[in-house]
Amino acid sequence: MKRADICVAAIADCFRGEADILCNPIGISPIIGGRLAKATFSPDVVMTDAVSVLATNPLPLNDPSAERTVEAYAPYRTIFDIVWSGRRHVMMGATQIDQYGNQNIAAIGDYKKPKAQLLGLRGSPGNLINHRTSYWVPNHSQRSFVSEVDIVSGPGYDRMRILGQPDNRFHDVHRVVSNLGVFDFETPENRMRIRSIHPGIEMSEVIENTSFELIIPADVVQTRIPDEEELRIMDIIDPTGMRYQEVRGA
Amino acid sequence: MADKVITEDDFVNELENGMTIGIGGWGSRRKPMSLVRAIIRSGVTDLTIVSYGGPEIGLLSATGQLKKAIYGFVSLDSIPLEPHFRIARQNGTIEAVEFDEGAFYLGLLAASHRVPFYPTRAGLGSDMMAMNPELRTIVSPYPGPDGGEGETLVAIPAFDIDLSIIHMNRADAGGNGQFLGPDLYFDDLFAMGAKRTFMSCEKVVPTENFLNEGSVHTLKIPRIFVDGVIEAPMGAHFTECLPDYSRDEAFQKMYALTAKDKELWDVFNDKYLQAGSHEEYLAAVDSWEQGT
Repeated sequence: MKRADICVAAIADCFRGEADILCNPIGISPIIGGRLAKATFSPDVVMTDAVSVLATNPLPLNDPSAERTVEAYAPYRTIFDIVWSGRRHVMMGATQIDQYGNQNIAAIGDYKKPKAQLLGLRGSPGNLINHRTSYWVPNHSQRSFVSEVDIVSGPGYDRMRILGQPDNRFHDVHRVVSNLGVFDFETPENRMRIRSIHPGIEMSEVIENTSFELIIPADVVQTRIPDEEELRIMDIIDPTGMRYQEVRGA
Repeated sequence: MADKVITEDDFVNELENGMTIGIGGWGSRRKPMSLVRAIIRSGVTDLTIVSYGGPEIGLLSATGQLKKAIYGFVSLDSIPLEPHFRIARQNGTIEAVEFDEGAFYLGLLAASHRVPFYPTRAGLGSDMMAMNPELRTIVSPYPGPDGGEGETLVAIPAFDIDLSIIHMNRADAGGNGQFLGPDLYFDDLFAMGAKRTFMSCEKVVPTENFLNEGSVHTLKIPRIFVDGVIEAPMGAHFTECLPDYSRDEAFQKMYALTAKDKELWDVFNDKYLQAGSHEEYLAAVDSWEQGT
């Protein structure tokens, strides 16, 4: 059992209790976690093969020849339709994230002439305003958990407060999972709160690696440890251990 | 049915400086690369490109022909960010109009349907609005089906595309196009939303053979939206064109390295982009592949 396995189980837990939605995690650990959730406690979500169909079986990562049990056709146009329908929970990465859950994957510096061009806005603006979103940050540090993001690709709760009702009614930043812990926004001002800390991580480590003040509940619990069956399924989805490249450490 | 088969040179004659060109495909998938190279060879400048961007935006940035890019993203898929595009953005050498990926689709759809805009929530509260100060919002004249009264929506303007290029697996001489891969992407809208559309294809087939190639659902480009057909086997190389061929990852990697090294770029430009024809390009790729 390594930290990466705990992170994957924590990601899977983001989709717990969900059904009849497109569970759409993006990135290595998110895809493993999403497929794990679907293979275990959330069988009624649907997931893509990362190309153009929805597949019912837990597919191995990056294996285009893997056999698929196809249940629906989902080209990109259909994915956008599903985004706008609201029947989707996406998990994206965040190069920067702040205390209200504003995400930046667009660029560092001024967008007119960025110091570093990143991926761009991608689907973030549409995702955040239409349906539930969670984030995965494999390198929790003061550079990723920042006091202010350079560019808002996915808007957080402060931006949504300014936007107001009814325009903001589908916005829902659910969880942030990092290599150190799990965070949510279930606080009076929707500021980021520690939900759990991964086994072996000290609270001080989380605080020192975060540029803003986290809300700390009275009882901070440990993130749960995946069971044998979950570990077995993780190995089916990720036979080459790509998750251990993304999150190192015991 | 009029015969719309033309040569690459005929296509080049349609090009003008300052044009807005829509380019089909998605990232490094089914891009009309032989026509992109024809644009490069023609030397037309001050171009605006509208696309779900891949190597065409990087290449035209690197050749200095691109003035403005309107895009949902610019990626090579297996290389998440297009390397020449990255440099052009960081050096500020191109104008960038960046949309949310889904919002971009609505700009194509509005152009296709001849309406000035389509409304969406995408962009509200994000910096997409600050990045595009010309974007306007509208207040809905109707209550929403899900409870919203008088809500604000972003009005995504119709793209104004002079000429689109798309690449299909099969086409007939009349200009009907057939895709046989996993996704049409938005090529039908690029064809519909432009004043003129030119379509390259892996193979021109007799119309009556279409249904031997794929089901009726693959016939998504009707000839009323196509002005010229150019037969170009391997015309999407080095991007993927399934099921005819996958992406040439080795060649793409070699292309990506040219963003870091002026000498490598000069060789690449000379050998592949300035090759006199699509056939000469394919021969150059062949000899490269035999050398590696």
